[in-house]
Amino acid sequence: MKKQTKTTFSRRGFIRTSALAGGGMLIGFNFLTACKDEVKPPVDIANLNFNDFNAYIKIADNGYVTIFSPNPEIGQGVKTSMPMIVAEELDVPWEHVHVEQAGLDTDNYRGQVAGGSQSIRQNWDVLRQTGATAKQMLVNAAAAKWQIDASEVSAKNGIITSKSGKTLGYGDVVKEAAALEVPENVPLKEPKHFKIIGNDALNVDLDKIVTGKPLFGLDYKKDGMHIASVMRPPSFGQTLKDFDDTESRKITGVTDVFQFGDKIAVLAKNTWSAVKGKKALKANWEDNALESTEKHDELLLGLLNSSEGDVRREDGDVDKAFAEADQIIDRIYESPFLPHNCMEPMNFYADVTSEKVQLAGPIQTPEGTANRVANLLDLAPEEIEVELTRMGGGFGRRLYGDFALEAAEISSKAGKPIKLVYSREDDMNAGIFRPAIKYRISASLKDGKVTGYKLKEAAINSNMYGLIPNFFPAGAIPNLKIESANYKSNITTGAWRAPYTNFLAFAEQSFFDEVAEALNQDAVQLRLDLLDNVDEGADDRIQYSASRMKEVIKLAAEKGDWNNTPDGIYKGFSAYYSHNTHVAEVAEISIQNGMPKVERVTAAVDCGIVINPTGANNQVVGGVLDGIGHAMYGDFTFEAGKPSASNFDTYRLIRMNETPKVAVHFIDSEIAPTGLGEPGLPPAGGAVANAIKAATGKRLLKQPFTKYLAETESEVKG
Amino acid sequence: MPVYNLMVNGKSLSVEAESDTPLLWVLRDELNLVGTKFGCGIGQCGACTVHIDGTATRSCLLQISSLEEAKITTIEGLSEDGTHPVQVAWKEHDVPQCGYCQAGQIMTAASFLNSNAAPSQSEIRDAMSGNLCRCASYNRIEKAVADAAEKIA
Repeated sequence: MKKQTKTTFSRRGFIRTSALAGGGMLIGFNFLTACKDEVKPPVDIANLNFNDFNAYIKIADNGYVTIFSPNPEIGQGVKTSMPMIVAEELDVPWEHVHVEQAGLDTDNYRGQVAGGSQSIRQNWDVLRQTGATAKQMLVNAAAAKWQIDASEVSAKNGIITSKSGKTLGYGDVVKEAAALEVPENVPLKEPKHFKIIGNDALNVDLDKIVTGKPLFGLDYKKDGMHIASVMRPPSFGQTLKDFDDTESRKITGVTDVFQFGDKIAVLAKNTWSAVKGKKALKANWEDNALESTEKHDELLLGLLNSSEGDVRREDGDVDKAFAEADQIIDRIYESPFLPHNCMEPMNFYADVTSEKVQLAGPIQTPEGTANRVANLLDLAPEEIEVELTRMGGGFGRRLYGDFALEAAEISSKAGKPIKLVYSREDDMNAGIFRPAIKYRISASLKDGKVTGYKLKEAAINSNMYGLIPNFFPAGAIPNLKIESANYKSNITTGAWRAPYTNFLAFAEQSFFDEVAEALNQDAVQLRLDLLDNVDEGADDRIQYSASRMKEVIKLAAEKGDWNNTPDGIYKGFSAYYSHNTHVAEVAEISIQNGMPKVERVTAAVDCGIVINPTGANNQVVGGVLDGIGHAMYGDFTFEAGKPSASNFDTYRLIRMNETPKVAVHFIDSEIAPTGLGEPGLPPAGGAVANAIKAATGKRLLKQPFTKYLAETESEVKG
Repeated sequence: MPVYNLMVNGKSLSVEAESDTPLLWVLRDELNLVGTKFGCGIGQCGACTVHIDGTATRSCLLQISSLEEAKITTIEGLSEDGTHPVQVAWKEHDVPQCGYCQAGQIMTAASFLNSNAAPSQSEIRDAMSGNLCRCASYNRIEKAVADAAEKIA
């Protein structure tokens, strides 16, 4: 067996081409992997099964290009931006490109996931090389046709030109190109020559979205499909004792009712009958361990104040720094659980028969989910087919295939194709929440400098992932200790847009504001000074770039006019690196009727090369507003295992009349791109909290701000 | 099951449904008009917004039995080919992120601009505040509504 070196692609395995029976050329390629040598491309586009490659480009005889976008689309825009990268290197007019959502390849894929803002970053090189390789093959085919050397041939905008001025369209040579050897070491464009990348491309599904065409999981239909609704224990820690389905079965349209695990499925011919059938169920629940927010608060504060915990990073000698300090600042920051609240409630289609398993719907992790369904049904993963639909939001919730597993189990038990549909109440209460987390942060100050920094995290169920302890201020403060501890709850938790950093950034960026105040220093200058301490490259665990961070801080301060504050406006600053992207934000607020109103946010972002400026701007603006909304209003607590809210009458999401204007400025860069689905969100809460402090003198230590401000109303008004 | 005669997007249709079925589910399940979205079922999010006799209404709260005389317009019937000024403005501003709530946003905006052709910014913000967008595409929605108003005028 040949061993592959880490740094080179086995191009032979990574790209294959084939002539299509119906005309045109098909290019299959694998993301991330050099993959197996024996992979064969399918020969008929109509019968693509995606078993060998995970992405395809079809070039038709007329030169038009279809790009099958492999990564799930949850609103982060990759269905537009990933094909743009291919089209750039292939050098075709963007108007000649048609994008289709690809299905799942359970065999070879290692990254067909929407999560962690990684789609663009991980696939940048592969997408470029694939486009460039295809272009080179077209050039080679034209050169052969003209019987000249390929070096005398160039291609641009879908047209191949010889030095002597002869031209051919891509479509004229696709058949010949498909039969050629796949070339190696194809040159890529220099960023300054990009024509598609860096220019606005509208969302590829825009027309369908604004005219209401079926796109989403909830729109998915198959003949003979029944709708399933599920009754789950109303509280975490409850199990099903018994139930009476007499009234439920009387509802017109209800076709079946049965128990699976501690849940009850109601099947019906349509959604409304399923809803009514579920409502008519009478179930009795057994109380086991019922947990409450009050208890969690006690437990997490207990952990923060105990010696329990894992050290995640330790530099220098924090104890000595604290012992020698002139001043110590010590604060605790607290966050609630949060539900994801994708606008499209969870749903999934499943048809489980003895011959096959067909799944379809909105899922951020098609491969992992197929594997879990296979495991549940005792089948091989390749027997599971997953069709991907557009998703009405993800935010982490659709990383978890729990709803797909439920759908498969119900279909298997019922012996019918079914679509499981969550009500909003199911969606908000079925679990997998952003965990409630508390941070204790302290700093030692001496001679006008920060000499030591301690951060401890106490969280429900799990802790910050491995890279986070190496985010700022690691490397910027000589004596530093990051610890974490958790309490295992029966309330299910998971990733929520910018996991951990969505609250950690608020805590730290509020804390540094307070440090700046204690040192009588400007908040922006303090951050720049701290970043000056970083010896870049000296510690390869450090995730952020101090120089890139300083650039976004300076740009945000400049564009947000940090040094000038008009009457009645108060500003707050925040800067945070997450998901490989550096962001700084200036929030401006006013006080209206004793409460803060966020007027404007200015964000500066370094995500490397910006693929699609309109999409990139949309992601950052949305992330900022989402971050402000949840910091201001997001409240979700438990009493006796039961969530405090179950629909939008009791759970407050930010609405248009509460939104500030967000201005986004990108650093002009030729560095490989990183993601944008998440990084705009983490700094927003801190920027607003610091502006509220500037306006009211009040330091916010808990989210949501509205609740915390109301609890301390007299102080705010004072 | 009772049969109801409905006027949807300019066509008369008859539908068999239980009398308490919300219009939302009649549209989605029986008439295959899935552009109208389910978001909350209690009239709080606006994803299911349609026009009843030209006025934006939450279809999740509207029983089919009350609609026999009504003129129902859904996103599919707002224009023949996606060229209603609000739809055009939505495209020009590249508004959607995930896109799920947008049909409801567009229907709210179109009805609002019918009743107020020259809205102020704060009138737009108030009028659109009944529609939730978890992606928070609100800045662009606001601009698109203002632009659509100019297109109509």
